[in-house]
Amino acid sequence: MMRLPKFRYYAPQTVTEAAAILHAEGPQAMVVAGGTDLYPNMKRRHQMPTTLVGLRKIGRLRGVKGSAARGLWIGPGTTLTDLEENALLRRHYPGLFQAIHSISTPILRNMGTIGGNICLDTRCNYYDQNYEWRRAINFCMKCDGDICWVAPKSKICLAVSSSDTAPVLCAYGARFHLASKKGERTIEAKDLYKRDGIHYLTKRPDEILTGITLPPAARFRSAYRKLRRREAFDFPVLGVAVCVRFEGAVVGDARLWLGAVSMAPVEAKDAQAALTVRPLTDETIEEAARLAYPLAKPVDNTDFALRWRKEMTRHFVKEVLREIRQT
Amino acid sequence: MAQKMKRRGKGAAGASPSRAKVHLRLDVNGETQEVAFAPHKTLLEVLREDLGLTGTKHGCELGECGTCTVLLDGRPQLSCLVLALECEDRPVVTVEGLARGPRPDPLQMAFAELGAAQCGYCTPGILCAAKALLDAKPQPTRQEIREALSGNLCRCTGYIKIFEAVELAARRMRDPDAKPAAEVLHGRRV
Repeated sequence: MMRLPKFRYYAPQTVTEAAAILHAEGPQAMVVAGGTDLYPNMKRRHQMPTTLVGLRKIGRLRGVKGSAARGLWIGPGTTLTDLEENALLRRHYPGLFQAIHSISTPILRNMGTIGGNICLDTRCNYYDQNYEWRRAINFCMKCDGDICWVAPKSKICLAVSSSDTAPVLCAYGARFHLASKKGERTIEAKDLYKRDGIHYLTKRPDEILTGITLPPAARFRSAYRKLRRREAFDFPVLGVAVCVRFEGAVVGDARLWLGAVSMAPVEAKDAQAALTVRPLTDETIEEAARLAYPLAKPVDNTDFALRWRKEMTRHFVKEVLREIRQT
Repeated sequence: MAQKMKRRGKGAAGASPSRAKVHLRLDVNGETQEVAFAPHKTLLEVLREDLGLTGTKHGCELGECGTCTVLLDGRPQLSCLVLALECEDRPVVTVEGLARGPRPDPLQMAFAELGAAQCGYCTPGILCAAKALLDAKPQPTRQEIREALSGNLCRCTGYIKIFEAVELAARRMRDPDAKPAAEVLHGRRV
């Protein structure tokens, strides 16, 4: 039986209070909202915070405000189920809706929050195991050890960014609001992530994600498609997010991001350029898929055969772009 | 009881805040109960170990199986991934709380009648998830049932009998005399 390690627990009512606790307790303190990512990690002794700061009681961190014309503000403490049921999100931000709807299971979506998915720990077959299993291989560099078992010569950890919402939010050009005792700052979604399986976020330990803003949805079309073995539970083995703004018959702006193929979401810049200022035809879709494909450099630390996973990138890019064309 | 006393003694002796017990009120199956437990305990551990409600089962403990599902705030949630101390004054319903007095819930009756349980270990969680579904959608389609129960693994039945039992319970809630279809009882004629 796996029990949670011991910790001090605080349930602040405001962000200011929470930030003060994080500041006082230092990096050994962690915030928790839904707990569906952190508690399994704590049970497997990946993370052993001495202090937990529960964000449940901070009303300011929940809810959705705004409109499709002005853009949306989403509270990171909003559960994934509440977002799935939000008509505005479903209608005007279909890519984000598809990503949220694909996360794990309905029961876990009742508990997990979008902020938790944005900050989701990176995943790897050699890391997501219980303590005894990891001890048997003398641990890995992400936790308690010093070698990467996927690529023993690698100097950095190759654990995979497995968030479904991250590539979509990067494609939208969403912004994240962070607060700490030292003040507040706003960053582009893409700037939250780093290609390092251990230090995968640029968010400091004393910072709290306090808001997500989405740009006006007016002329954007978006879609997300996810590869996984089962239709429930599984994390993405590949996620393709696309967000396209049309100017008449041609594509004015295209953003294509790949998830779960690296330690951070990957922007398919060449594919984006190939789609821009041209109509979305079978030929441009084919060209974009060809250019996006080499960016997927999966390593053998999640599900499925490597080569097949990489090959699927080509097909999934084509599928999301065709979906965009139809909507 | 002796075990309880021992734990209480240990909690009182510990000076560090992580060792002190939390005392709070939990609203479980419509009854308010005062409970004292260590702050790092999950709702599952408190239900089973401190309240003696062992109907809720202990599975993977990591959110990958669904057998510990209970209704929290009316929604199915995994009791193995919720801190009990975050549940104060929030209604918790476990499988023990589904029956109305001596009468089992129509879901429980339908599961028993149609043999929708084999080893039965996943059943409490599935009943709670199905209860939430029928409360929200009294006439769900097969697809909606599949989706609502997609977070509950069953390694015995192959799910068909479970889906049929949920469908029968849904019909019984409108018509108490509803009978299972012949093909549910005797299989499809080939």
